[in-house]
Amino acid sequence: MSTLTKKKSHEPLVHLVKRGSLPSWAAWLIRLAAIAVGFTFCGLVAYLLIAEGPKKPDSLGEFFGKFFTSFYDGSFKLNAAAARRYNRIWEFLRDMAILQCISLAVTPAFRMRFWNIGAEGQTLIGTLAAIAAAFYLGGKVPEGLLLVIMLLAALLAAGVWAVIPSLFKAQWNTNETLFTLMMNYVAIYVVDFFLKIWVPTDSSLDALPHGKLPVIGNNYLFIVLVVAAVTLVTFVYLKFTKHGYEISVVGESVRTAQYSGINVKKVIIRTMLVSGLICGVAGFLFAGKDNTITTTSIGGLGFTAIIVSWMGYFNPLMMLFSSALVTVLQRGRVTQTFGVKGAYEDVFVGVVLFFVIACEFFIQYKVVLRKRHHADGKEAAK
Amino acid sequence: MDNKIALSMRNVTKRFGKVVANRNVNLDVYQGEILAVLGENGCGKTTLMNMIAGIYFPDEGQIYKDGQEVVIRSPKDAFALKIGMIHQHFKLVDLFTASENIVLGVDEDGRYNLKNVNSQVSQIAEKYGFHIDPKKKVYDMSVSEKQTVEIIKVLYRGADLLILDEPTAVLTPQEIERLFNVLRRMKEDGKSIIIITHKLHEVLSISDRVAILRKGEHIATVNTCDATESSLTEMMVGKKVSLDIARSQPVNPQARLLVKGLNCKNAEGVQILKDVSFTANSGEILGIAGIAGSGQKELLEAIAGLQLLDSGEITFVNPKKDKPVTFFHKSLRRVKELDAQGSFHDPEGKPISFKGMKNSQIRKLVAADKVLFREDEVMSLRGRTPLEIRSLGVRLSFVPEDRLGMGLVGSMGITDNMMLRSYRKGPAGFLSRKKPKELAEEIIRELEVATPGINTPVRRLSGGNVQKVLVGREIAFAPKVLMAAYPVRGLDINSSYTIYNLLNKQKENGVAVIFVGEDLDVLLALCDRIMVINSGRVTGFVDARTTTKEEVGLLMTQTDRPAQEENE
Amino acid sequence: MNPWLNFAIESLGFGAIFMYGATGEILTEKSGHLNLGIPGIMCMGGAGGCLALCLVGGLQLPGFLVVLIGILGAILFGMLTGLIYSFLTITLRANQNVTGLALTTFGAGLSKVLFGTMDHTVYLQFSRTLFRQPFAARSDALQKLGILFYLAILVCVVASYVLMRTKVGLRLRSIGENPGTADAVGVNVTRYKYIATLIGAGIAALGGFYSIIDFEASQEAYKNLEEYGWLSVALVIFALWRPHMAIVGSIIFGFLYRCASQLTQLGGIFSAMTAQSMLKMLPYVFTIAVLIFTSIRNKRENHPPASLGLPYFREER
Repeated sequence: MSTLTKKKSHEPLVHLVKRGSLPSWAAWLIRLAAIAVGFTFCGLVAYLLIAEGPKKPDSLGEFFGKFFTSFYDGSFKLNAAAARRYNRIWEFLRDMAILQCISLAVTPAFRMRFWNIGAEGQTLIGTLAAIAAAFYLGGKVPEGLLLVIMLLAALLAAGVWAVIPSLFKAQWNTNETLFTLMMNYVAIYVVDFFLKIWVPTDSSLDALPHGKLPVIGNNYLFIVLVVAAVTLVTFVYLKFTKHGYEISVVGESVRTAQYSGINVKKVIIRTMLVSGLICGVAGFLFAGKDNTITTTSIGGLGFTAIIVSWMGYFNPLMMLFSSALVTVLQRGRVTQTFGVKGAYEDVFVGVVLFFVIACEFFIQYKVVLRKRHHADGKEAAK
Repeated sequence: MDNKIALSMRNVTKRFGKVVANRNVNLDVYQGEILAVLGENGCGKTTLMNMIAGIYFPDEGQIYKDGQEVVIRSPKDAFALKIGMIHQHFKLVDLFTASENIVLGVDEDGRYNLKNVNSQVSQIAEKYGFHIDPKKKVYDMSVSEKQTVEIIKVLYRGADLLILDEPTAVLTPQEIERLFNVLRRMKEDGKSIIIITHKLHEVLSISDRVAILRKGEHIATVNTCDATESSLTEMMVGKKVSLDIARSQPVNPQARLLVKGLNCKNAEGVQILKDVSFTANSGEILGIAGIAGSGQKELLEAIAGLQLLDSGEITFVNPKKDKPVTFFHKSLRRVKELDAQGSFHDPEGKPISFKGMKNSQIRKLVAADKVLFREDEVMSLRGRTPLEIRSLGVRLSFVPEDRLGMGLVGSMGITDNMMLRSYRKGPAGFLSRKKPKELAEEIIRELEVATPGINTPVRRLSGGNVQKVLVGREIAFAPKVLMAAYPVRGLDINSSYTIYNLLNKQKENGVAVIFVGEDLDVLLALCDRIMVINSGRVTGFVDARTTTKEEVGLLMTQTDRPAQEENE
Repeated sequence: MNPWLNFAIESLGFGAIFMYGATGEILTEKSGHLNLGIPGIMCMGGAGGCLALCLVGGLQLPGFLVVLIGILGAILFGMLTGLIYSFLTITLRANQNVTGLALTTFGAGLSKVLFGTMDHTVYLQFSRTLFRQPFAARSDALQKLGILFYLAILVCVVASYVLMRTKVGLRLRSIGENPGTADAVGVNVTRYKYIATLIGAGIAALGGFYSIIDFEASQEAYKNLEEYGWLSVALVIFALWRPHMAIVGSIIFGFLYRCASQLTQLGGIFSAMTAQSMLKMLPYVFTIAVLIFTSIRNKRENHPPASLGLPYFREER
């Protein structure tokens, strides 16, 4: 061994070992800890940024109290007025449902390892088609029928928008990440184009009188119910159908898929169609909710959805938690609480996500310190 | 020959876990000589060379370069000691030109003058007799050109000891001849060369001395001029080790799978199968022996419908196809003719004869579906996808070499992996997990698969258990033909015997088993017949009961033997 | 000045924003990392540069020092933001798409918060006096071609030279193509990846700063940065991962995009209005066309780096 110590060792001090398995409670504990640390870190960042705000708190303790309360306020606080007592919670549920819906849309493709980052555009095009239906047919057909037409139009448009990149992927292996990304911006300017036709002089389209979503008790329940149904259907589709099984196999290994006789090209195109159709549902909900459209109607939710889906391990039920978390973050009322301006919510979403992303590494890998400078890494790691 | 020692290894031992890859190896390489390192698959040749090249680090022992004791911890260290290794899998950037790849490995920073590099590369090429275009992109190159780039890369860095890991495996005879001329010139230039190979005639034609390794140990180093093909083979394969595998005589073997004149190319466009023909019989285990990468994988994949063929025919014979006799046989006269050949039987399988019956009686029997017609069904599998093959009713099972990358889905549990073959069955749209779950439980029970749970991802299981799951599934498919590629690779003794027993049971059930193996002792003890392939060509068929390891070893390593026909 | 020439110069100046963004992203992608956080990094670069200018705004520093501080501020903020991406994707091997998108959300949000705290007049005062030199006094489009515009071209040319002509560039490209091979010949893959993603972030950050302080010189300018960031990502594909092609591409992108606003000035007629959105769409459509065309033609040189998006993990035996 004397010869080995003559030269400086090239072996790194820390060594990564892929974990065989971590009990799921431990994994969840790591995740919860990461979220907690993320929130606390957000608080520190906010404390630094808000230092000069008009409602500057006296102590760090008071700040943190107010800071955390602001998230509760944003999503769950009851209103004083009895008639609108639960409005915050309903709004939270609606926002969460819409985010969940778009997240569901990207999920089938992701399970196939097809990086569809075009949900923003697919949803926007769906919204546009539904709004177009309401714009041209509103008042001319019964409301019920109009809603059906709007839904169909949204499904068709979003489906087509999603299938286009998949055709090229299947045929020529065109990079889907970049293709779907570009399709987002094409969609934005298609909307821009139609807005200029519909309202040449004005800057925005006034809310259309027709094509409102049905009111079940309140304005929110319909959306929540629709998304609950979509969640369940997507879950069943991925877990219990032959299509879902094929998606999983293709995602794991194209070679295995070929071995078991799966037509990989067909699965790619079909799965992107499914992705597009769910985006169509989301687009329809946007159209029925707002009754108008702008180029920024989706507001980046198509991108956020990718993160939500990833955080939920591409499992529709787990995604309920991640979409709830992100919605709570986005609805935080830090700006109101401290009387400051700016997109603090985005900062918080970003920071918490960084912690969640980082914690996945510690769930998958074990960091092992090298105890002795032995030549064989395997021995030392054990 | 100059007698200065360029490199020597003393008592070098390397272990991977419990497995000893090399034990107390002593080896000397002289300046200006070509040393061949000879040995079977898995005898530790490549591991030994990797220790010189800095990929692995020896657990025990010393390495001396030019008389100095050295520590080689990385490829960088090796290069600093002027040691260069040309691996079997080339490490080149496809998108770069030859020169760019060559200059990539050199340590100096700053800009580089491609013109200079190009001319230097041309100079080296000229000196040793290579043919190379420095500006050609690697992705446009043939395998032999890529190899040339690898060699020049090493020379450009100033190596005086070159290690070539099976350099001829992928080359044509003409290319091999050209390579050997280059090696001889390098030798004259004073460079030391170690060449790893299985091919005896190459050893004899190129090397000065031969070092033989067996099961990780250095057996001997002999001067090539004193060696013959048979003396080398004997040292290489060693004495026959008898394995305790029960082997029954094949019962009533009938041709099941006929392969004729198969030719195909691999992904790199190299002809990998050359005119391969054989027949696999029912109730028999046909072994396929050959150096790794001789085309075994492509052969099995071609049969399974996963490999495009250039030419050739694959036919499946399904002998027990029972059809009710209808009057497709048209006329009573035709029925009577077939009856005379004894083609009819009743649903219980008892032969029926119409002899002496009246025409009306025959008509009545046939109309009542009481008579079945036996007919050999012959189907071509060529150009069909795996799904088409299955929908033809061909029960062909395939245990691929790459278990988790092809045979199983690593992230899924055992139940879901059972469905890989059968998920299309059952009600439309939805999966039915009931039967796969029963099957999974049965396999876990019968084959004693050690798993935390039925839904634990199979990736987390040990190699032996993964293989039991895979083989179990393929057997549950009730195959007529079962192909298994290296089914015991990496398995411990107990798991290996479980697999042997499973294969034997299939054979006794009348399945045509095709077994691709690497351990000659196993092939000799398990199989009935052995087909030997060498560089994609069939070099012989031997009776596993009477042949010797030397005979198979020679067939595996000799390239100049003419292809043999199978004698039935 | 001739309105057409004026227009051409303005397009040129506008394109320089993407020149920065695309060059930064090309360097990043050449190391095998698809950084979708570039828009966020550009936002943060803009914020960082302006913040630095605000800090020194009251001091009477020599001009060149102020310019330098602004530039360094932008680069520093860009690199710090980029460091989050680098650490997560290189060291922690996180999914590049998810990390990049989170970074864009974060960067765009934080930059808006930071701009909310700034006094816009402080940093904008330097625009006319320092950054828009040497043509600051002119009233036509030429005034928009300030110091940072020339720096953009310089950066593109230097990046192109380093990538295609030096050993460092050769090694970087080899990592993007085949990190295993690069590792085998002794290239320190992790170090190169860090350097490439961080320098890439620094360069992209300058794009954001240039857009605010030089080209647009308005307090509303920071709101457009995210979109310019995505255009830069598109330009990478359009330029086929070659910095010198990014110069040509940025001129085309700039021209198309500026055409749109020019049309409205020429006359707010209906057709011109709709043509405006079509023109703004064109850069993306062209990019898709390039993407499809190159994948059909299947010429290896025009493909994305082969290991783009895949984490590198040296197999331990």
